Amino acid sequence: MLPTPSTSHVSFDRVYEPAEDSYLLLDTLSSESEKEFLQDRFTHSKPPTSTPPKNSPSPLIIEVGSGSGVVLSFIHAHALTIFGRSDILTAGIDVNPHACQATIQTIRCAEKEQEVSKTSHGFYLGNVAADLTGALRCGEVDVLIFNPPYVPTPNLPSLVGDPKLSAFDADSHLLELSYAGGEDGMEVTNRLIESLPGILSRDRGCAYVLLCAQNKPEVAKEGIRKWGSRWMAETVGSSGKNAGWEKLQIVRIWRESPPISTT
Amino acid sequence: MKVLTLNFLTCAVKACKTTSASFPLVPKECELVSDTIAPNPTLLTNLLPRVDWPALGSIAVALGFPSLSPLPPTPADLENDTKMMADLHTLLLETQISEGSLVCANCGHEYKVKEGIANFLLPNHLV
Ligand SMILES: C[S@@+](CC[C@H](N)C(=O)[O-])C[C@H]1O[C@@H](n2cnc3c(N)ncnc32)[C@H](O)[C@@H]1O
Ligand SMILES: [Zn+2]
Repeated sequence: MLPTPSTSHVSFDRVYEPAEDSYLLLDTLSSESEKEFLQDRFTHSKPPTSTPPKNSPSPLIIEVGSGSGVVLSFIHAHALTIFGRSDILTAGIDVNPHACQATIQTIRCAEKEQEVSKTSHGFYLGNVAADLTGALRCGEVDVLIFNPPYVPTPNLPSLVGDPKLSAFDADSHLLELSYAGGEDGMEVTNRLIESLPGILSRDRGCAYVLLCAQNKPEVAKEGIRKWGSRWMAETVGSSGKNAGWEKLQIVRIWRESPPISTT
Repeated sequence: MKVLTLNFLTCAVKACKTTSASFPLVPKECELVSDTIAPNPTLLTNLLPRVDWPALGSIAVALGFPSLSPLPPTPADLENDTKMMADLHTLLLETQISEGSLVCANCGHEYKVKEGIANFLLPNHLV
């Protein structure tokens, strides 16, 4: 088990507190099978070596909805173990500016820990406050991670809180943004999934998205496979199994590389 | 946010996405801070292939850095030119934008940067 970064400095009155969903992402991304998938995709030599192959550009890892930063800082700190290289670029996005600040701090703490133990970490670009992938340049993201607001709710909160709200109501609005997913809990997640073909890098792009049972994960995966023959969507991690139902699962979405031409 | 972040951002207005003018966002009246980072030639060499060099050149000038060479250095250039290595290290790895704004050259929208966080949330009439 790789150590989980500390988030004790974060105010959970207005930023999502790490929970079972966050930990399922950590476990899945550091599982043997995902390390193998990621290292195969981003490092061709066998791990763990600190020298990535020549000319393989640094992968860009983006977490959407980074919240406290627990997931992003975990990947950032354990880049060498997970990717087989530490020259990765990491960045976070969240609609909640307090979450952006929290992520920055969590990354800073995780980097300090790594430096004290003389181990490597990735290169953190920063956090931006934005709606999903709306501020990203096309075709640049190599790994996108999203633990969305996935709880089915009758309504979706507006992205920007009313400035006239009291401090208490403003905090409640931010917490609502962290879990409220609208119809089937999929309204936000569907918007993110639809943006993937545009923002993932053509050759290496992949995404990890958390879904819960009420999100109808089989329907979501089928929808992605219909994008074209190279598009894949598979469940690569799950928790809370009960009578064949996974309460939470992580779906990996990616494009298979085209066959290597022999000429 | 590191200056390098600008290599991955565009205007969030939908209509701007398809125009080349929406990249790069132009830094305006930015305050910079500098982190001290140990030299990391591997990182610098491996991130350069994904940097849009002309865009970086215009960003460097807008931030008051010396202008860059017309063509990006090859890994060999970088290895042999310690000054270029040091300059790129400072610009790409050490420099952060802490306050200011980022302007879309297509629609003119200004995205504010506060405490190092750029805000791309759009007012309702632009969504
Ligand atoms: C379930 S929390 C996950 C937080 C953290 N990644 C974790 O795993 O603990 C969902 C996060 O998504 C953010 N979020 C919700 N809607 C968003 C949107 N449209 N764009 C960006 N972030 C959003 C919330 O503010 C919240 O931080
Ligand atoms: Zn614009």
